[in-house]
Amino acid sequence: MDAAFVIATIIKILIVLGIFSALAGFGTYVERKVLAFMQRRLGPMHVGPYGLLQVLADGIKLFTKEDFIPQGAVRPIFMIAPVITAATAFIAMAAIPMFPEFTIGGYTVKPIISDINVGLLFVLGVMGAGLYGPLLAGMASQNKWSILGAARTAIQFLSYEVVTGLSVLAPVMIVGSLSLIDFNNYQAGGVSDWLVWKQPIAFILFLIAGFAETNRTPFDLLEHEAEVISGYATEYSGMRWGMFFIGEYANMFTLGFLASLIFLGGFNDLWFIPGAIAILMKVFFIFFFFLWTRASWPHVRPDQLMWLCWKVLMPLAVINVVITGIVMMF
Amino acid sequence: MSGLEQFKDRNVSQNYYKVQIEPYPKTGWEKFKRVLKRSIKLELFVGLKITLMEMLRFNIHTVQYPKEKLPIGPRYRAVHRLLRLLESGTERCIGCGLCEKICISNCIRIDTKVDEHGRKVPTEYTINFGRCIFCGYCAEVCPELAIVHGPDYENASEQRAHFALKEDMLTPLDKLKQQQEYPGFGAPTPVADQRIKKTPLAY
Repeated sequence: MDAAFVIATIIKILIVLGIFSALAGFGTYVERKVLAFMQRRLGPMHVGPYGLLQVLADGIKLFTKEDFIPQGAVRPIFMIAPVITAATAFIAMAAIPMFPEFTIGGYTVKPIISDINVGLLFVLGVMGAGLYGPLLAGMASQNKWSILGAARTAIQFLSYEVVTGLSVLAPVMIVGSLSLIDFNNYQAGGVSDWLVWKQPIAFILFLIAGFAETNRTPFDLLEHEAEVISGYATEYSGMRWGMFFIGEYANMFTLGFLASLIFLGGFNDLWFIPGAIAILMKVFFIFFFFLWTRASWPHVRPDQLMWLCWKVLMPLAVINVVITGIVMMF
Repeated sequence: MSGLEQFKDRNVSQNYYKVQIEPYPKTGWEKFKRVLKRSIKLELFVGLKITLMEMLRFNIHTVQYPKEKLPIGPRYRAVHRLLRLLESGTERCIGCGLCEKICISNCIRIDTKVDEHGRKVPTEYTINFGRCIFCGYCAEVCPELAIVHGPDYENASEQRAHFALKEDMLTPLDKLKQQQEYPGFGAPTPVADQRIKKTPLAY
């Protein structure tokens, strides 16, 4: 382990942290604009040109707001819960190869913080651990809405995590590796090599589970305003609430990268488009898809989510794995 | 004025769109058939298509309020105005006190005097807008069309007493040329002249 490697890794960590924190803020702006346009509104317009500086205004508001901890709350857990969400969201990015390799001044940069051979498992595991944030926040808040949100976190976690695991199992069987770089290299032969054509059901299941994992609209049970005020985040304010938010948006980008890498050809060159731009386009399309569905679809009840995950998606995923195995055997 | 026609149309129900609701499935087999039908028809993507088309069409309905304003109806009852006679510029108000009497929230206050021409004029005319419910009775009861409702609905102020004084509501003398005849609540209709009849005493 030489010094250059350590320095490069630290630089990469700082870049990922900086860019994705900023993207989380910018993501809120994009979300508000896209939702507004789909609902024939204009969205934020007053702060800066076309409301672009709204992000900054929101950031200043969040940073300067009082950090309030309710009297009956369990202090240490209440304080650490948002950190879990934000930290796991960023830790999960450590094993994701963002771009193809490139060289700066003779030094080859691998745009991945840590190329571990169980990358996919690591990412899914850490993202799963991120659910401890809402769970502990809700249980520590001493608030009925929060405890309902925490209970919903638990059932949502139990429901979708099975589907996520089983749906990526079939692609893992085909590729024969858990490293995301291997996934990317497997699909190097152009659009026809994309795993989404071989595993369409797995792709759809993974996307559905991803909506539950990132807590987005059809499955935003955890903090659905109309039912549980703000769920686990009811008692939070200021930057602690902001960390939940950053975690959610970082998770959305992580999931975008995962879906692009596993199913949509990763950072391979797409026709004339260079790989780095190709993967960015895929990630932003998936991000846009998250917003698009939020504008279009109603959200489901907790029992409907459990029904969907256990009675429909899990059997489908198992059948998919079995069929993939049979096809691979012969 | 044609843009205001839609505001005046009270008969909304003729444009109602009746939603067809299919009978709710009872047995498990019927539920399964419905799930299958909805999946094959890709109903989820119909919703996605609608929102995407709205986004691409970019038919924005937002009114950016302080910059743009919607037209308000001619019978809108906002902050009152005291009008002047167009020819002489004297106040229309004859100090009869009918508005003060009829005001159901008791917020109008008049002091009158007899001026040098032997005409009764109000010296004070205040309306407490914190109490006024903008019912329009004062404008309706006024025999001289002197107090009317204006279109100024932006009456936020730092002081409670603002806009409540006579000099704020009275048409300034230099703006007399711009004073519009009031078409709204309590004003005579356009065909009032044809409808008018001689009082029974005259024939």
